[in-house]
Amino acid sequence: MLSRRLLFAAAVVSGVGAVTPASAQNEQFIPMLSYRTGAYAVNGVPFANGMHDYYMMINERDGGINGVKLLVEECETGYATDKGVECYERLKGKGPTGAAFVNPLSTGITFALTEKTAADKIPIITMGYGRADSKNGAVFAYNFPLLGTYWSAADIAIQHVAKELGGADKLKGKKISLVYHDSPYGKEPIPTLEVLAKKHGFEFTPIPVTHPGVEQKSQWLAIRQNRPDYVLLWGWGVMNGTAVKEAAAVAYPRDKMIGVWWSGAEPDVTPAGDQAAGYKALMLQHGAGKYAVHGDVEKHVYAKGKGLSEPAKVGEVLYNRGLVNAMLGVEAIRKAQEKFGKKPLKGEEVRWGLENLDLSAARLKELGFEGMMKPVKISCADHEGARDGRVMQWDGKAWKVISDWYTANQEVTEPIVKDVSAKYAADKKIEPRDCSKAS
Amino acid sequence: MFYREAGQFKTTYSADMAIFPIRQDRVTLGALLAFAFIGVPLLSYFHVWPFGQDYLLRAILLPFLILALAAIGVNILVGYCGQISLGSGAFMAIGAYSAYKLGTGVHIPLAWLGFDISIPALPVLPSILLGGFMSALVGILFGVPSLRIKGLYLAVATLAAQFFFDWVFLRVPWFTNYAPSGSVNAPELNFVGWVVDTPIERYILCLIFVTVFALMAKNLVRGNIGRQWMAIRDMDIAAELMGIRPLYAKLTAFAVSSFIIGVSGALWAFVYLGSWEPLAFDINRSLQLLFMVIIGGLGSILGPFIGAAFILILPIMLNLVPSELGVPLSTETITHLEFIIFGSLICYLLIKEPHGFARLISLAKEKLRLWPFPY
Repeated sequence: MLSRRLLFAAAVVSGVGAVTPASAQNEQFIPMLSYRTGAYAVNGVPFANGMHDYYMMINERDGGINGVKLLVEECETGYATDKGVECYERLKGKGPTGAAFVNPLSTGITFALTEKTAADKIPIITMGYGRADSKNGAVFAYNFPLLGTYWSAADIAIQHVAKELGGADKLKGKKISLVYHDSPYGKEPIPTLEVLAKKHGFEFTPIPVTHPGVEQKSQWLAIRQNRPDYVLLWGWGVMNGTAVKEAAAVAYPRDKMIGVWWSGAEPDVTPAGDQAAGYKALMLQHGAGKYAVHGDVEKHVYAKGKGLSEPAKVGEVLYNRGLVNAMLGVEAIRKAQEKFGKKPLKGEEVRWGLENLDLSAARLKELGFEGMMKPVKISCADHEGARDGRVMQWDGKAWKVISDWYTANQEVTEPIVKDVSAKYAADKKIEPRDCSKAS
Repeated sequence: MFYREAGQFKTTYSADMAIFPIRQDRVTLGALLAFAFIGVPLLSYFHVWPFGQDYLLRAILLPFLILALAAIGVNILVGYCGQISLGSGAFMAIGAYSAYKLGTGVHIPLAWLGFDISIPALPVLPSILLGGFMSALVGILFGVPSLRIKGLYLAVATLAAQFFFDWVFLRVPWFTNYAPSGSVNAPELNFVGWVVDTPIERYILCLIFVTVFALMAKNLVRGNIGRQWMAIRDMDIAAELMGIRPLYAKLTAFAVSSFIIGVSGALWAFVYLGSWEPLAFDINRSLQLLFMVIIGGLGSILGPFIGAAFILILPIMLNLVPSELGVPLSTETITHLEFIIFGSLICYLLIKEPHGFARLISLAKEKLRLWPFPY
């Protein structure tokens, strides 16, 4: 009796095991690690909406990538590293070929996943965040910090400061403080800023803010006493809005504050109201506003009632960043399909697509991203692809672009990249690939 | 019916004092251990659903085992010795960072004395155990106030430990080997030639640690020292009058508890996360462990396992069940639901069953012994 029941249970169990993976055939699975709750939700929600809407648009407008539909599943990480790891484990094997890539949208989760994704052969796209040393694709074969790392961001910010002061030589003797989120994310730019401080002769003070960043009184009092010439802000979530408000409370001029591209979106400045006017932030190439691609999203996604965002928020900074991030992933799959065939691909194959991604200005125009970003070309030696940025300023109602394009100076960052990635390779016993032979 | 000890005669003192005196308990435990040690790897090897997937091993069983181990440590202090601690996360962090430092080589430059202290990188097993040992030392240090203060005040003193060590590991770059981002990587898991790499190997490794420490804890709490802890918990003045030294009893409880928590912290960092930052051991981790112990059952060794399973697996189930049933909920609704169900369950349990799930099980056992006429 008992054994018969056991046999039955075993049969059911094995039946389930056999059926589940075969349910979908011509679909490419894309996991979406997002956060719509917690202290970072204000920034996490628009980004996730942008990504989701772009994938939906590809499905609705083109029927997928060359006929391969995109299957997207979200998982809530709450910006917590252990939850992010759990989400990754849950989603990495789904779909006919497993996850195409993963976008963790958290530098902490990126650090935790770097080793796991390399072992599972799933590329990890960290557009404008993540570990800056992973630019070196010879060591970090599966990490893609596309469009810019924090080291590039730090260099661009200092370039802008120098320009405002009237030349790099004017930096000498100036005081620049960094108010940063006390986590791997906020600490990333420090090595570059230290090198730049030595090079240009300015005084650099890092000022940490503890997670989640709603308590910054003492930090801003220190700034009031020290009166730095410029304050760089490396915050995320509620920390950004709080920082702008605290700056106003100690009467620190907002136009001497420059946020990183994660501290320059609408939710960061609107809570502070008029006090935020004058605040500046870097742009990860794109800013706010609507471009050709938004027309397609509105026509194919919102007109059908499938969009996730409030229609008024389509075109905000982080929504646009979600679109760009999703587009880069989709184009990598398309590139990989050229080589491996128009079928659902494995992470390993998508990795090849990412490494050989080459988006020309003409292609960006076709995709509807003209004006939002510059051409990108990824290679084995350069997983960043582009390191261009501009600066924009909040006038109280909207973001205005106030500078020309800057390109991060590789002379500064490259030695640090070499150094830190070589140390990682030695620690992890990774044999760096020979990039001249990679194809 | 099945659970009745009639006819099991004990003819020696050792049989009478055995760790599991009832045969049914021994059989159940043996079967469980056999399943955990042999069954799970076999099922995983043959890819029997759901054991064939990495997900179950890496994202459910591994954290379950490690957090259960940490909860055992917390339970020794809170459940057996009655000293409330909100600093468990800090002790996990001390275990993790000490093991990391020892595993990568300790170098203390003492330029003002004219020499350096350098310890070469130790193998993984000694680093993990020494990580626990360091945690025990710090635990004793923070246990000293418990001789003077009690209850809520002690909880606040341990809370200070939590914030202090959060701060230390964030701000003192020496502990992270001067990593620019403050995030550190675990060294290779090489146990005397056995390189622990695949999920199943990691699972076995944690299972060995958990089994050894759970049995050790079980033996400790039913021996002399455990009885001293419980006497202190039940009424410290009476215990002192009976000749129990509070200094010894309380500090040993702190030491043993911190040791186990430290080892689990090292495992959490090395085996589960692989790369971590101080945020992995923040105050939320301390509270999570305390809830595990309260829900699972204060003053039992089974309780932490039930509590860990409950706290860890319930949110995942809440995530998976609606989508399997074909009712896709948005991720934010699920997270909010999680909080609601969790909060109400904790309130309900604390009112209806303050001794947690383990108490329900022992009640069921009592009833089964008297079956068919339980009273």
